[in-house]
Amino acid sequence: MKKLALNDEILLRIDKPARYLGNEINAVMKDPEKVDVRFCMCFPDVYEIGMSHLGIQILYDMFNQREDVWCERVYSPWTDLDRIMREQNIPLFALESQDPVRNFDFLGITLQYEMCYTNILQVLDLSGIPLNAVERTWEDPIVIGGGPCAVNPEPLAEFFDLFYIGEGETSYFALIDAYKEVRRKNGSRQEFLERAAEIPGIYVPSFYEISYHEDGTIASMEPVNPHAPRKVEKQVVTDLTHTYYPQKPLVPFIKVTQDRVVLEIQRGCIRGCRFCQAGMLYRPTRERSLEMLEDAALKMLESTGHEEISLSSLSSSDYSRLQELVTFLIDTFGNKGVNISLPSLRIDAFSLDVMSKVQDVRKSSLTFAPEAGSQRLRDVINKGLTEEVILEGAGQAFEGGWNKVKLYFMLGLPTETEEDQKGIAHLAEKIARRYYEIPKDQRNGKCQITVSTSFFVPKPFTPFQWARMCTREEFLEKAHTVNMEIKEQLNRKSIKYNWHEADVTVLEGIFARGDRKVSRALRLAYEKGCLFDSWSEHFHNELWLEAFQEAGIDPSFYTTRHRGTDEVFPWDFIDIGVTKKFLLKEWERAHEETVTPNCLAQCQGCGAARYHTGVCPGSGSRSQKQDCAAPNAQKVKEGGNEA
Amino acid sequence: MKIRIKFRKYGIMKFIGHLDLMRYFQKAMRRADIDICYSSGFSPHMIMSFASPLGVGLTSDGEYLDIEIGNELSSQAAVQRLNAVMTEGVEVLSFRRIPEDKASNAMSLVAAADYEVRFRDPSILPENPEKLWEAFLGQAAVTVVKKTKKGERELDLKPLIYQAEWRRDEDGAPCVFLRLSSGSADNVKPELVLEAFAAYAGFALPEFALLIHRKDLYAAAGAAKEPRFVSLEDLGEEF
Repeated sequence: MKKLALNDEILLRIDKPARYLGNEINAVMKDPEKVDVRFCMCFPDVYEIGMSHLGIQILYDMFNQREDVWCERVYSPWTDLDRIMREQNIPLFALESQDPVRNFDFLGITLQYEMCYTNILQVLDLSGIPLNAVERTWEDPIVIGGGPCAVNPEPLAEFFDLFYIGEGETSYFALIDAYKEVRRKNGSRQEFLERAAEIPGIYVPSFYEISYHEDGTIASMEPVNPHAPRKVEKQVVTDLTHTYYPQKPLVPFIKVTQDRVVLEIQRGCIRGCRFCQAGMLYRPTRERSLEMLEDAALKMLESTGHEEISLSSLSSSDYSRLQELVTFLIDTFGNKGVNISLPSLRIDAFSLDVMSKVQDVRKSSLTFAPEAGSQRLRDVINKGLTEEVILEGAGQAFEGGWNKVKLYFMLGLPTETEEDQKGIAHLAEKIARRYYEIPKDQRNGKCQITVSTSFFVPKPFTPFQWARMCTREEFLEKAHTVNMEIKEQLNRKSIKYNWHEADVTVLEGIFARGDRKVSRALRLAYEKGCLFDSWSEHFHNELWLEAFQEAGIDPSFYTTRHRGTDEVFPWDFIDIGVTKKFLLKEWERAHEETVTPNCLAQCQGCGAARYHTGVCPGSGSRSQKQDCAAPNAQKVKEGGNEA
Repeated sequence: MKIRIKFRKYGIMKFIGHLDLMRYFQKAMRRADIDICYSSGFSPHMIMSFASPLGVGLTSDGEYLDIEIGNELSSQAAVQRLNAVMTEGVEVLSFRRIPEDKASNAMSLVAAADYEVRFRDPSILPENPEKLWEAFLGQAAVTVVKKTKKGERELDLKPLIYQAEWRRDEDGAPCVFLRLSSGSADNVKPELVLEAFAAYAGFALPEFALLIHRKDLYAAAGAAKEPRFVSLEDLGEEF
């Protein structure tokens, strides 16, 4: 029978013990004596969030296909178990073998959002691994970070041995092989790091030195080890059809956020919204073949027994064979009790028809993400969605029986004025009016329009990486303006307004564009007890403010400061394919309020074409389809939005 | 066709609660490709009901769920198919046809349950527990205070304890056998009996002191005065 790291008394006392048992359907068990490398994959948040992440499922499957590697998982222990583990000195363990994480060869941590950074320190700390990478020995695993936040790894640099820049499917096996070789030859940890630095996409932070100008900005970042490259290149899967994709994803016992089969239909987005980091990071846009997706859907539903399948991508409507795929799913699974969920679809006759087949119109809601309240500001952010398109889509939906609409906006975008903020209320009002144009006897009661605003955080590798971020007070003032304007509207009773918290946004902004200096504040905040910062009930802003003060860090340097176009950013040593020159041109076009066509309509020469794949001219893997080139990015989001 | 499935829950699956176990079986039915029937309506759900929820921390050799299936497949083949998709900690023991009438539903039939109760740390017991146990059971009434949703009420456990024996297992550790009234009417949890015993015998029963194992679930047969109990499994037949 399986041994457990925690005893019955602990497991019966804590919330949801199933978070810590492993043993899920399709979990991979191996004999530790028969593998050479043990890899522990970590999502530094609670189990239900971490288990919902597709990337880990892909890498877990990929690693475990190798006979010489056993990949296991670990998530952040929730606060109840965290306390018990500290009191009783129980080391953090991996779910499958229940063995201590510290005994592994690798600890891979995915960096999906900035607000999980204190949880990374928790995982290291509970594992008994020194927080500072340079203090580690062969008694500790190699700690490697990856995922979207790894494109600005500097705030975490001192805590990691390595970072993997780009998509995990390409370079990991070379890294594993290098590790095996160095260990076989009894080589040192330093020797391994030097080998790793030569593998494309691998960044070894201890091999670089940074010098600063007097004003605190970066003067230069120089490799100080001959094995370290000056630029680290983002890794990209060139053929998304013939690559790793799990046929037997893990099936948790407890309900997790993404309790369904996830089918990633494509990677990347052709739209080029100027605030969107994913839209730049995952260039070029690449599709998986219809045949591969149909096969994967069948196999994954069979092996998991899930009752739902969801398509995943940044903009599903741009997938060239969407109609065929959706038709296949409905025909094959529609009568087998399997729900089909279609996030991020543009609202048009096709999507409304499909949605009416796969969901209960009365219960479901339509989601639009105009992101900005006025056409002027939508042009600034390059969100090509127009008011006419939104009203047309909403009108069609209302006539089809829907009466719930969700609208997503951002506040604090560059060049935003009070008029733009009030435009949010006016757009909601126009949608409500469109609903009440339907004769009373033909409509389904009142309509419910939910307006949600988040606060804009400038992210690295976007055209807005130069933007000044707002202060907490400015953010709240903007939300107040929207709130008051909504209350002025005729149909205010049909409009509900939610806004995001400002403190946590400011913190996110600090780490998003942070440098190596902010790691000190991170460590202090963790030591003061900050953990699970993305959970509002656990977020303690006052502790963070103390931590920044003690670390001698002025948060405004990272947020509200105006950055010049010649500034060297902490992330400039990473080459994501998209050039800084292109981003700068887009930053300028934003100020000119000029829309840039999407990748299919006209290549803008962003730089990603050098990967010779996907949508880029000359890659040959996709024909230019005119029907996808329409500049309307009207969205339907249903169910689990990508974090 | 109505089917009753008997399964065993052991090992680490004891930490999986009832609602999650229901979800587990729904997914297992799909993985095993059992032709299970669904309710009608816009969001159909599997026709599946469990006899009696088992609390977190308890193990069992006799758990039941009833389903409806469309096609004919043999009991043996179904057990094999389900066990091929189980995880360690759940084993399907039988898959039997039950009568079509509504009265045969496992949940409404449950009248009694057998339990074995062990002590995580037997040293908490007083000396001569057997003797105290006999005296405890020899009382005219075993009165306990039962907490319900509406508040607290006094209850005499004695008529609801159908069998109670102080036994020793192979290695000599005390192991209490209990057959208790179960189901929707007078459900008696084994810990309630042991707590009453601890109070009577004057020893403390700390949290998580008991290791409870359910042996089987029964339906009532025979006259009300002289109840006979039939295992829920025996109400179905192999096919």
